[in-house]
Amino acid sequence: MTQVSRITDEQTPTSTSSTILLRISKFNPEHDDSGRFMEFTIPYEKWTTVLEAILDVKKHFDHSVAVRYSCRQATCGSCGMIINGKPRLACFTKISELNSNVVTVEPMNNFPIIRDLAVKFERLFNTHQKIKPYLIRDDSELESDEKEFLQSPEEVEQYIQFANCIKCGLCNSACPTMATDSSFVGPQALAQAYRYVADSRDKGKDSRLKIIDDSHGIWRCHFAGSCSQVCPKGVDPAMGIQLLRGYLLGFRG
Amino acid sequence: MRESTIMKIHYGTALAAVALVAVHILMRLTQGFAESLEYDSVLANYKFIPYAAMLELILILLAVHGFNGLRVILLELKQGRTYEKAVSYGCLAAMVALIAYGSRTIIMTNMGMT
Ligand code: SF4
Ligand code: FES
Repeated sequence: MTQVSRITDEQTPTSTSSTILLRISKFNPEHDDSGRFMEFTIPYEKWTTVLEAILDVKKHFDHSVAVRYSCRQATCGSCGMIINGKPRLACFTKISELNSNVVTVEPMNNFPIIRDLAVKFERLFNTHQKIKPYLIRDDSELESDEKEFLQSPEEVEQYIQFANCIKCGLCNSACPTMATDSSFVGPQALAQAYRYVADSRDKGKDSRLKIIDDSHGIWRCHFAGSCSQVCPKGVDPAMGIQLLRGYLLGFRG
Repeated sequence: MRESTIMKIHYGTALAAVALVAVHILMRLTQGFAESLEYDSVLANYKFIPYAAMLELILILLAVHGFNGLRVILLELKQGRTYEKAVSYGCLAAMVALIAYGSRTIIMTNMGMT
């Protein structure tokens, strides 16, 4: 059973007429049998992000709230969480854009919880590492000062959107296969596999395709497409997965 | 076998099964529904070799596709080395058993052993 504790900000002067009820999921797997929600009434401005609201809670009400963040500008990929039912970056989600007086924050699905909103990223990093996220070729740009692997704009176009991935894990959190298949490689790693396979400088296509072509690899994607819906960086993992399947089915060279 | 090879077979059997089941349904439509299910009519179908061969092919296609589909669902449901091996070999054995049993019916009826 989820319990609820409510704290209302009575001392903090509100510089705005708007307040929201911020519901934060509290759960410590080491001590708690089940999760509960703490509720806080928080003032906000048009530009206040969900992360700022959580940090407000940490500063004024409950410093024990566990949340991971760093850049505060959608670059480091640390602050992914479920906000009003959808995986989003807390630093990239303005409260005003949620169109709700209640904002509920929970840890990402499909990730083990460390505490409250902080989750373990080991699986994401392991699967990311598994697909060899680097250029594979025998020579190197470092061998000679003058050597440079040139690419045409068309060649860059093939993979550039996939290079925007910040490893936030929101796509893995939204993926229904990730929820049931604990060995599934996941949309993040598959999108990165495509990013390198499609790079004209890379020569590791065969070894990468072999890695993802197993019983918990690319074929377990059901093309729900939720990964692409939640990506905050405009990466389209679902499309990358379909393009990768093209290589494996012999439609692409 | 590589998973991509299995999935090529999976997609191929699905497409072929749709085509052959369509032919099967069209053949059934040449008679009235009740008439088509009469004992003599069913026997006549099995004795007509091209039709019996098509039924055998449909049986193989659907068994391969269906049991691979079941394997995939079970692999997504639970993970673990022993479990996954049991699922893969179990589905393969069930597929072979179903094809053998269905073929036995088709062949015996075709040969008049009813
Ligand atoms: S593909 Fe998008 S949602 Fe997935 S980890 Fe990368 S940036 Fe995050
Ligand atoms: S704090 Fe870096 S992405 Fe949100």
